[in-house]
Amino acid sequence: MRPTPVVQRRQLLTALPAALALTGCDAITRNPTARAIVESGEQATWRWQRVVGRDGLAREFSAADISPVFKANGTKRPGNPEWQRLAAGGFADWRLKISGLVGRELSLSLADLARLPQRTQITRHDCVEGWSAIGQWTGPALSQLLKAAALRDGARYIVFLCADDYGAEAAKGGLQSASRYYESIDLVDAFHPQTILAHSLNNAPIDAAHGAPLRLRVERQLGYKQAKYLMQIVVADSLAPFGGGKGGYWPDRGYEWYAGT
Amino acid sequence: MVALGNGRQTADSAAMASTAPALDAAPPPRRVLRHHWLVRVTHWLNAAAIIILLMTGLNIFGAHPRLYWGHAGSVDQGERLWLETGASPPWRNPSGWIEICGTRFDTTGLIGVSASPTGSRSMVAFPHWATLPAMRDLATARRWHFFAAWVLILNGLAWLGFGLASGRLARDILPSRAQLTRAHLWHDIVEHARLRFPKGQAALSYAALQRLAYAGVALVLIPVVILTGLAMSPGMDAAWPWLDALWGGRQSARSVHFIAMAAIAGFIVLHLALVLLSGPVRQIGAMVTGRMTIGGDR
Repeated sequence: MRPTPVVQRRQLLTALPAALALTGCDAITRNPTARAIVESGEQATWRWQRVVGRDGLAREFSAADISPVFKANGTKRPGNPEWQRLAAGGFADWRLKISGLVGRELSLSLADLARLPQRTQITRHDCVEGWSAIGQWTGPALSQLLKAAALRDGARYIVFLCADDYGAEAAKGGLQSASRYYESIDLVDAFHPQTILAHSLNNAPIDAAHGAPLRLRVERQLGYKQAKYLMQIVVADSLAPFGGGKGGYWPDRGYEWYAGT
Repeated sequence: MVALGNGRQTADSAAMASTAPALDAAPPPRRVLRHHWLVRVTHWLNAAAIIILLMTGLNIFGAHPRLYWGHAGSVDQGERLWLETGASPPWRNPSGWIEICGTRFDTTGLIGVSASPTGSRSMVAFPHWATLPAMRDLATARRWHFFAAWVLILNGLAWLGFGLASGRLARDILPSRAQLTRAHLWHDIVEHARLRFPKGQAALSYAALQRLAYAGVALVLIPVVILTGLAMSPGMDAAWPWLDALWGGRQSARSVHFIAMAAIAGFIVLHLALVLLSGPVRQIGAMVTGRMTIGGDR
C-alpha cells in the first residue's frame, strides 16, 4: 500500500507517545509540575475518605488473631541520651507535655495516664512497605487529653514529637537523612474513638522496639503515623514550623501526610 | 447517529460474514466510523493509567517482595507466605529467584537480581526498566500509583456509564449467546490461530474471543484490582468494612491484587501482539482517529 499523508500522520500520532513513554517516564517523575499534579491525588483521597468514612471504625480482631511476633520497624532503641536516661529510670521521670494552642498546658506521668479511662483494642497495623501485624493496644483515648487541655480557636493539627533521632532506612529507597521523628494528624483522627496513646502491647508495657513508654495509635492510617517514643504533643494551626514542614518525618521525605491509603 | 452505524450489524451476522466466500462481491473501499470519541479517549487514558499503575506497582512490590494469605503477614510472621522473591549468595555474583508455593525458580537477570542502568548487578525484585521510578523509591511510586488509580477509576466509570446508557456494552463487548456455542468458539480459535482476521463488515464488530477478553479485563480484572487496591487502604477498610472481608483480609487482598495485575499484564501482551499481527497502522489508527477503511481486500 502506498503511504498517504494520513497514514504518516497516524504513524506519528502513535509513535510519538510511545517514544515519549520510553525516554521520558523516569524523568517526568522528577518534574516539579508533574509532581504537583500527581501529589494532588493525596488531597482527593483525604477528602474522599472523610466523605465516605469520617466516623468509620477500624476492624477489631479477636485474641486468636494476634500476631505471634509483632514485627518491630524503624528505630529499635533510641540513641537519644534523654530517652536512655528516662529508660534507665523505668520512665519514672518521663512526662508527656501537651502545649501549643491549648487553654491549659499539661504534663502527665505514666501513672497519670493510667488513672484515666482506658481503651483496649486488637487492631491490624499496616506498614507502608506492605506487611501487616495484629496486636492488642491499651491506653487512654487522645480525645480525653485534648478535652482536658481545652483546644483554642485555630487548632487544626495535633503534632507528636518523639525521642527518636531516626536514622533513615535504606530499604525504603528515595530520600534518606537522619533527623528527629515526629508526626501529625488532623482533628477528625485526633478525636476518633480508636485514636489512643498506648502504653501496653499485648497486655505488657510497650518495650523499647515498639515505642516505650508511649506511642500513638491512629488506627485508620499506615504504620509510620503510629509515632513511637512520645515526648510532647503540640496543638498547632500550621505544620510549617515543624521539621521539614510537611507534617512528619516520612512526609518530609516524600510520603503522603494523609496515610489512610 | 453516524457513530452507531456499525453497531446495527449484529455480532452473529458479522461473524458469518468473515467466513462467507463472497469476497469478489465485496463492496468498494470506504471510510467508516469504527470507534466513538468517548471510547477512544477512555481507551488511551486507560492505557496510560494502567502502564503507570503496572510500573509503579512493581516498584512498590519491591519494598516488601512477599505475598501472604489472611489478615497479617511479615518477615516475623510467615506461616501463610506463598510467594517471595530474593537474592542468594555468593554476593559477588548473586543469583535471583522467585519462590511460589514452596517451589523456587532461578530468575537471575529478571527477578531478584538484574542489571542496573549502569550495568552493575542490582538486588531488586523487578528490573529498573520495568519499574517507575526506575530506581527503588517507594514514596514516589506510591504517589504516582494512587494518582493513576484515580484516573483508572473515574475513566472506567465514564466508559462503563457510556456503555450501559448507549447499550454498547451489551451489543459490542458482551458476547452473544450464539457466539458462546462450542462450534462458534472453536471456529474463532482456529481463525485466530491461523491469523485470519475479519474483513469488510465483520471487521467492524468484535469476534467471540475478543469479546471474552475485553469483558474479562474491563468487567472482571479491573474491578478486582480496584477493589483489592482499596482493601489495602486502612482508611477505606474502616469506611467500608466489607472491603477486606471480601478478600479474607488485607494480605489476601494484596495477593489477589498481584495476581490480577499479572493477568492484566498478560492481556496487554496478547492485545499488543494481535494488534501488530492484524495490521497495526489500521488498528491503532482507528483507535486514534476513530475511522477505518473497509471493503476491497480489507
